[in-house]
Amino acid sequence: MDLRDTPDEAQFRSELCAWLEANLPQSLRGHRGGEARYSDDAVREWSRILYEAGYVGLTWPKDYGGGGKPYSYQAIFLEEMARAEAPQHLGVIGLGMAGPTIIALGTEAQKARYLQPLLAADEIWCQGFSEPDAGSDLSAVRTSARLEGSSFVIDGQKVWSSYAHIADWCILITRSDPTSSGHAGLTYLIVDMKAPGVEVRPLRQLTGEAEFNEVFFDGVEVPIENVIGDVGGGWQGAMTTLLHERGTLGFALTAALEVTVGKLIELARDRGATPVQRDAIAREWIELQALRYTANRSLSALMKTGIPGPEGSILKLQWSEAMQRVTKLALELLGPDAQLLAENAPYGGYWQHAQLRSRGNTIEAGTSEILRNIIAERVLGLPRSR
Amino acid sequence: MDFAFTPEQEELRAQARAFLAGNEKPSWHELAELGWTGVSVAEENGGAGLGFLEEAILFEEMGRALTHAPYWSTVAVVLPALPADLQAEVARGEASWVLASGPLVADLDTATRIATVGGDTIWELDGAEREVLQTNDVTRPLGVVSGGAAGRQLASSELLPLLRARSLAALALEACGVGSRALELAVDFAKERHQFGKPIGTYQAVSHPLATTLMELELGRSLALFAAWCIAEDDARAPLAAAAANAHCADAAVAACERSIQVHGGIGFTWEHVLHRLYKRALGIQAWEASGAQLRSEIASYLLDGDRR
Repeated sequence: MDLRDTPDEAQFRSELCAWLEANLPQSLRGHRGGEARYSDDAVREWSRILYEAGYVGLTWPKDYGGGGKPYSYQAIFLEEMARAEAPQHLGVIGLGMAGPTIIALGTEAQKARYLQPLLAADEIWCQGFSEPDAGSDLSAVRTSARLEGSSFVIDGQKVWSSYAHIADWCILITRSDPTSSGHAGLTYLIVDMKAPGVEVRPLRQLTGEAEFNEVFFDGVEVPIENVIGDVGGGWQGAMTTLLHERGTLGFALTAALEVTVGKLIELARDRGATPVQRDAIAREWIELQALRYTANRSLSALMKTGIPGPEGSILKLQWSEAMQRVTKLALELLGPDAQLLAENAPYGGYWQHAQLRSRGNTIEAGTSEILRNIIAERVLGLPRSR
Repeated sequence: MDFAFTPEQEELRAQARAFLAGNEKPSWHELAELGWTGVSVAEENGGAGLGFLEEAILFEEMGRALTHAPYWSTVAVVLPALPADLQAEVARGEASWVLASGPLVADLDTATRIATVGGDTIWELDGAEREVLQTNDVTRPLGVVSGGAAGRQLASSELLPLLRARSLAALALEACGVGSRALELAVDFAKERHQFGKPIGTYQAVSHPLATTLMELELGRSLALFAAWCIAEDDARAPLAAAAANAHCADAAVAACERSIQVHGGIGFTWEHVLHRLYKRALGIQAWEASGAQLRSEIASYLLDGDRR
């Protein structure tokens, strides 16, 4: 056990910090939400700068345009990006979900075609998993894929799809065997979002902005070479994607919470806090440290096995509930000022937006109820609840 | 960055778990023969020359097994204050120690020697009378010391903040052991106990609190191991890390025991079941050294008062 950076890691970290200081445009510093959100174009440009500097896909194999580095480098990268309050790469879904799934299960042709443009932010990906009647119960998907000649024809509807409004590609879970139900008969496809028959409708969320979309598929043709894994083997692909979503996300989550708790401490120093509020702030600081060192422990396990374990669910669960507590505590410190928006909002409206946005944290990427099921069944070994 | 135990350390854990399961009240000599009393004592003084990380493994395992021995008192609290020859005695199993720094003193029934604080010095206390009181947790009774005279000078009392950090961290590790065993008992019971035709672990009203318990304990173990690493490496963050670990882990262990008692139903409420003994150790840890509220108040001062940046 040695919790210090290795000499190589320390060098990488100090070079990265210096690079961020020199290259992160002043206009992109600081977390913003709501109407002050950065434009997709500005973030895409920033993503390209990151890619040119070699900071995108750090842990991916060199053959596919990655950096071939150990996972600890990705953890350092996410930590320092968050500390610099730099926007994330625009291709969040591609980097965290589509890319790792293609690397794990894709054909060589798919790897050669999709991975490099994904890293360079030339092509953006979205996720087509959830449906109106298939949320936590992903095995209930009904979007159909009918084989006609050498193409699948897709009909159906997906929902809660981030980035679909700017996406070039979608990782889509379909039911390719209409007589099947549950985990069988599903097929995992790469779908061109510019193809005829694809329609994207933004969903305005309770924060007022539209991060998510509904996506409609009406007779969309997808060539059979766009299947990831086997026809009928879509469930395995979906599980691979979700494992990566919950596994490597832990570092980004910790870093994001660190920034938010840092702002909470600033707020309390600016405005003062009662003894009870001071106790709550100390509690949240402790919980942040717990999240960080648990992410580090999980990283050490990941570096030994190469596969994120189900303990990643603990990180997501803890992070999402902490975000809700921390942002609500901030509103309490702000008092009636927390009701003000636009130019009257304190701290540029950061806390009002962050608190409302946090209600989504326990729903997106696995609800807290599903995560507790995963911990109960796969970590504790309790019998299945359904 | 490497946050994993070595194979040798894992081996020590396995050895400790096997031995302690069958020896709830081992003699100090037995612990010395296993090499555990001198883990961090220098090799030239008859120890193993290892550090607080190896001791951390033993603290956790002794919490899990509810070991009745002055190991925390001696090794976590007093050992760094002892001169080399007295450390050698500890390593040989000839002496065990408690620090009498408040009105109530733990482990007076088993420890052979007493240290105390006077002025700017930590002294050995000679010829004191001991009274062991009836205590909720019978595996770690509390008592009082009276009379006696300052004997040998052991160390400067400047060492006290370090001793407190070590004590807090060791108790946090014990709490992880206590809580993990309570959780395991609950999980085993929830798999076997059938009601309404199904194992009760099938019901989310039972399984979700257990999932929460695992989360709290794993988060706590991360805090406790970080604190242990800081102590082992003389890292300046040790006092804060130990306070954070203790505040979280003591509460997590108490909650783990309470949820386990609830999941067990009536049997968990009986005297014959081990759960109440785990619960009482957890409550003892929560009460000792400083309450969670006191520790959080110290952390809040660090975060919010003065110019930290």
